[in-house]
Amino acid sequence: MTLGNLHSPYQWLAALVASALLVAACSGDDDTGVVDGAASSTTADADGTTGGEGTDAGDGSEEGSGAEEGASDPSAEPDPEAVEPGATVRLLTHDSFSVSDGLFDNFTLESGIEVEVVSAGDAGELVARAVLSVDDPEGDVLYGIDNTFLQRGLDAGLFVPYTSPGLDAVPDELELDPEHRVTPIDYGDVCVNYWTEEVGRVPTSLDDLTDPALAGSFVTEDPETSSPGFAFLLATIARFGEDGWEGYWQQLRDGGITVTPGWTEAYYGEFIAGGGDKALVTSYGSSPVAEILFAAEPLDEPPTGVLTDGCFRQIEFAGILAGSEQTDAASALIDFMLSETFQADVPLNMFVSPANEDVPLPELFADHAAVVDQPLMLDPAEIEANRNEWTERWAEIVLR
Amino acid sequence: MSRAGLAARAAQATVPAAFLAVLVVWPLVAVMDRSLTDVGPGDIVEILGRGSVRRVLWFTLWQAALSATLTLALGLPIAHVLARYRFPGRAALRALVIVPFVLPTVVVAAAIGAAFDRLGLRVERSLWAVLAAHVFFNLAVVVRVVGGHWARLDRRQVEVAATLGASPAQAWFTITLRQLVPVLAGSFLLVFLFCFTSFGVIRILGGLRRATIETEIYRYAITRQEFDVAAVLAALQIVVVLVLAGATARFQRRHATVQRRGTAPVPVVGVARRLHVAAVVTLVLAVLGLPVAVLIEQSLRVGSGYGLANYRALTERVDLLPLSAVQALGNSLLFAAVAGVVASAVGVTAALVIARGGAAGRALETLSLLPLGVSAVTLGFGYLVGLTVFDLRRSMWLIPAAHAVIGLPFVLASLVPALRSIDPRAREAAATLGASPPVVRRTVDWPLTRRALATGAGFAAAVSIGEFGATSFLGRGEESFTAPLAAVRLLASPGAALRGQALALSVVIGGVVAVLAAAIEFRRDPGVTVL
Repeated sequence: MTLGNLHSPYQWLAALVASALLVAACSGDDDTGVVDGAASSTTADADGTTGGEGTDAGDGSEEGSGAEEGASDPSAEPDPEAVEPGATVRLLTHDSFSVSDGLFDNFTLESGIEVEVVSAGDAGELVARAVLSVDDPEGDVLYGIDNTFLQRGLDAGLFVPYTSPGLDAVPDELELDPEHRVTPIDYGDVCVNYWTEEVGRVPTSLDDLTDPALAGSFVTEDPETSSPGFAFLLATIARFGEDGWEGYWQQLRDGGITVTPGWTEAYYGEFIAGGGDKALVTSYGSSPVAEILFAAEPLDEPPTGVLTDGCFRQIEFAGILAGSEQTDAASALIDFMLSETFQADVPLNMFVSPANEDVPLPELFADHAAVVDQPLMLDPAEIEANRNEWTERWAEIVLR
Repeated sequence: MSRAGLAARAAQATVPAAFLAVLVVWPLVAVMDRSLTDVGPGDIVEILGRGSVRRVLWFTLWQAALSATLTLALGLPIAHVLARYRFPGRAALRALVIVPFVLPTVVVAAAIGAAFDRLGLRVERSLWAVLAAHVFFNLAVVVRVVGGHWARLDRRQVEVAATLGASPAQAWFTITLRQLVPVLAGSFLLVFLFCFTSFGVIRILGGLRRATIETEIYRYAITRQEFDVAAVLAALQIVVVLVLAGATARFQRRHATVQRRGTAPVPVVGVARRLHVAAVVTLVLAVLGLPVAVLIEQSLRVGSGYGLANYRALTERVDLLPLSAVQALGNSLLFAAVAGVVASAVGVTAALVIARGGAAGRALETLSLLPLGVSAVTLGFGYLVGLTVFDLRRSMWLIPAAHAVIGLPFVLASLVPALRSIDPRAREAAATLGASPPVVRRTVDWPLTRRALATGAGFAAAVSIGEFGATSFLGRGEESFTAPLAAVRLLASPGAALRGQALALSVVIGGVVAVLAAAIEFRRDPGVTVL
């Protein structure tokens, strides 16, 4: 941001702040005459100081040259072999990111590249941050954008293409971007979970949930404020189509479905797991694994089960950020994220399945994560184009 | 005034002005600039003219005003009893009051709601739940900030009034209330701003799609990614805060009163006083003690029985977190210490400028309240696009710096009225006797204001320990994870042990803060009769 691109909104805001301050200062009941001038000059000082900083920030020479490099050679993809030793690559991700202690040491030993993890907020917040700072990104690789947000990231020009050799081991249906601007790293399914002891009739299909006995005991999340809530709405749209999904939700509503703003309020507020009285909840196909791994007392079987029909598949991607000056090192990190070392670590740390199908699953995960034969998906472009309309129509039916 | 004196004054103003320019004004300007690139004045008028925006603004204002009024109404009798009377358990009660202020909203709202359910206290999501939660979380502000001043009030005027035949009620309304007005207005504004920008409480307890300016900024910036609309709403929020802050400051200046030494708290004698104190103690225990007790009970549950397993587990890193919960708590305490010190240092210089009056002081007073009333999204994104120089935006020290910015208004709310209440004659007398300005400050101002500074600094530290919104919006390395982030993260995964640990961690956060608050109380200087 340089002084050169001052334009009307900036001036508008500065004027607004200045005038508000002036109003505040002028409202004083004593020595008014002197006060006005002094107050406005104080404001001007503050703006002047900050304007100076802006110049520093904006004409940082690294930033400019980085952009030029990218522009001068647009056809060549980043090359993991071309990394200078001692490079540091910054991985920008969401708060759910987690790996085993020292996992990246393997990568550093092999490649000489250090990894720095920067996390901020949930997946939606991560994408918004990246879009807002697209010219001057916080990191070199972004990991954690999923198929429900993918189009938004692609439209904003967040990523540069890179075709990792590791993609050979990744099933084609996970590769949603033919230009390889993003690389699939893992996937998980959003599925309805039930508390086995209390559910009564175990549902076997989405249609079963409309039974008032089940709908009345079912808590899901508002698709506008919750990622699994949105994914479940997408599942119903994918299953019942444009003409059918609203009727399905009408039946859930008539049956007495409960809606919470987020996953935590659903799972720990309303669902039996947290002391509530609802026996069904929108969660993940891998949730029973966490119920075992993080049980209060050792368990052989999880207390919850998964309805494997009507699950929406979320695929998480990594991509090299367009403003990165470390694209070669970034590409090496993407290769590492598809390697067996990283992929085998993913299931029990983030409760998602590895994209690399050659990697064996940990026993606990293989035994207790739901196997979803026919996951539901929608085209990312269609999701982005209809997101607001769908959530508004959903609210009309369910919250009205 | 001497040239050296003027230079010293200019230097004093520079510290807070530079602090606020770098950490508040510039980031806000930067994010507005970025978000409003293609927006003309016509678009702004169109967005502000929408019926939905007006409705949301109106709701935001009145729920915050009502929340602050209720908090003040409930907080005043508590502040009075805790400030004026000496009785067994007073210190423990004072420590309890601060606990809700630092508890993570998600933990309280989501995790102990179910337990309340079983007690037959169904927490339906509604406006009432929002108001109750706002009172629960913010009562500490009124009790501590007002209570601190109440203890310092000059009682002799009241005694004189009594000898002249005024009833206790008359004396209270004509003297005590008048003396308290500036600090009442200040703490009302602090609570108002907290409720004005409250996010978790509105979202979790308000009922679905209950919208305030704060939640709408989030919705437009994150969910819909319409940065222009978000920025217009953010600008609206900024204007409202500046106008309110300016008006409050003006009101406080107009009602500032000069006081001398306060009087020590008195023992509870007589049936009427005993009943009065007992009623207030019961009130505190019901409003604050019950939820805290439920939280503790739930944190001790392990499987079907009770035990300390959840607490013991806090020392080990869970796979979901980059650090163990105890390490995260260590970070939080470090950040709180830094934030408290920074907020105090900036606060002292700012308070001296503000208490002197004048335009610079007025601008500073108004501006310093801005971070409290600006959405976490706006500030977080402001740091993201504004603090790119030296990669400041990714420094771990940005976290305590941001906390200090949010804590600064508390230091000022406590310190400025105390400075204003110093009798100028005391200063004049010292000066006449040959004391230089620094000596006057050390011998006259300091003894009279250090308790107020301690209250403010303690609050700034407490704000830091409990802060979630802005912290979650700062890009962080794994090493700078904080305790509230850890508690919220633990509650974002299935697993009974994780829920138990999130509750245990919340109890520890509250407990540590209560112990620190109590420790400050016990260290009070017997020579100083304040608080």
